[in-house]
Amino acid sequence: MAARQEVLALQAEVARREEELSSLKQRLAAALLEEQEPTPERPVQVSPLPSKAALSRDEILRYSRQLVLPELGVHGQLRLATASVLIVGCGGLGCPLAQYLAAAGVGRLGLVDYDVVEMSNLARQVLHGEALAGQAKAFSAAASLRRLNSAVECVPYAQALTPATALDLVRRYDVVADCSDNVPTRYLVNDACVLAGRPLVSASALRFEGQITVYHYDGGPCYRCVFPQPPPAETVTNCADGGVLGVVTGVLGCLQALEVLKIAAGMGPSYSGSLLLFDALRGHFRCIQLRSRKPDCAACGERPTVTDLQDYEAFCGSSATDKCRSLQLLSPAERVSVTYYKRLLDSGAPHLLLDVRPQVEVDICRLPHALHIPLKQLERRDPESLKLLGEAIREGKRDAQEGAADSIYVICKLGNDSQKAVKILQCLTAAQVLDPVTVRDVVGGLMAWAAKIDGTFPQY
Amino acid sequence: MAAPLSVKVEFRGGVELLFDGVKKHQVTLPGQEEPWDIRNLLVWIKNNLLQERTELFIQGDTVRPGILVLINDADWELLGELDYQLQDQDRILFISTLHGG
Repeated sequence: MAARQEVLALQAEVARREEELSSLKQRLAAALLEEQEPTPERPVQVSPLPSKAALSRDEILRYSRQLVLPELGVHGQLRLATASVLIVGCGGLGCPLAQYLAAAGVGRLGLVDYDVVEMSNLARQVLHGEALAGQAKAFSAAASLRRLNSAVECVPYAQALTPATALDLVRRYDVVADCSDNVPTRYLVNDACVLAGRPLVSASALRFEGQITVYHYDGGPCYRCVFPQPPPAETVTNCADGGVLGVVTGVLGCLQALEVLKIAAGMGPSYSGSLLLFDALRGHFRCIQLRSRKPDCAACGERPTVTDLQDYEAFCGSSATDKCRSLQLLSPAERVSVTYYKRLLDSGAPHLLLDVRPQVEVDICRLPHALHIPLKQLERRDPESLKLLGEAIREGKRDAQEGAADSIYVICKLGNDSQKAVKILQCLTAAQVLDPVTVRDVVGGLMAWAAKIDGTFPQY
Repeated sequence: MAAPLSVKVEFRGGVELLFDGVKKHQVTLPGQEEPWDIRNLLVWIKNNLLQERTELFIQGDTVRPGILVLINDADWELLGELDYQLQDQDRILFISTLHGG
């Protein structure tokens, strides 16, 4: 009996302390943010780092494992201590990169990110924690890094890198790391590095693949030498649409940190003029040889036409974020809101709801009454899928009251693919492959449904 | 008359999605009057492998911007781009640049 009572008392005590700990953690997160100054209008003025003649006793202990590497040694460590690195993007690449640079004792880290921490970031953006959701990533990263190494100076810039600010900012740093997530920013960072004469360590990742290279180093090619023209906007996939495994950005961010450290310590990079491809599914690294610097390159060539930073969103035909784009393929009359659809559903009006997302997303969440045919199957006019759809339409017509309109409502995640599907279904009914039926799509898709109609519906 | 060639064609970085997700293709190019170069390999791929949306792979007579062509692990720019004459057992890799981070 006494033993049982002691168990209960201990359990109660553990619960009480856990609650206390959780409240302390929340206060700590709030206090860490308090410490930080509000975002200044202009980039923070930073003075050049003073040169360093010797390491302190504490520094020797802290960096001892890398100090005994003859390739680095005291000389390399002193160079790291006076080096400054600008990190553009504090996401999946920027977090591990910044973490290893801070741990290794790089003198100053500039942290650029206009975005705020979201729950869907945490699976790969490992400097940000649950308690800082909704806060600026630049400040969250800086707070994390200060806890890791208080001797490293972290300068957060919680704003987008723009053609107006980029050159001035890049000039204040020795090495630049492109950890961004969109095409316009990649051209902007490249051009600023070429104009300022800074080496650029650039990495990217998507799904299970990653790429890393060093641009504009010691006569090597720049981004524009290799990619003189931006890709068409519709061919660019972001991490939200394509998916990405956190470890893959982690591996690439670490490789990027390695290249930055080697440049900053004077060892020279490995991937200038070559591109390392990482295939995480096969566990395969492949290094390919890139072209040399192009004499006719618009940025770093002999007669450059890029003598100033430009409007990169116009040049690339896309915005400088990785947020999902909203397509406008249909007229307003061909579209309904989630509120309209909810009323229709509640009224019991006969209709067919067609979910056109890929199977992997339907596995995450679905509306139980929806018929599922992926957009890809419709694009291919897959006979099996068209048969299924034809049957569902005919069944709907049988069940419908006389005079009731035969309608299909198409839904997807965000309301882009659903518009493409409506276009296809319209073609199919016009060609009499399908029975006559009115087809509309649901604006904003299932994510709008989750936001406005059903708070229990998952968001992803 | 050029003899038939066996080459390995690979698609990565998302380009494989235009080829039904298949990344590696062992390809036999038939014998023909002209020697095989990348220019007519692209036409062959368009007619024989490409499943959908040609414009996401080819623009004009070359690959669309954002796709890097690698011949035996070297940038095709070093080897004459469209004019490179294929050799038996060459490895041609088409890779889309990634932008995520």
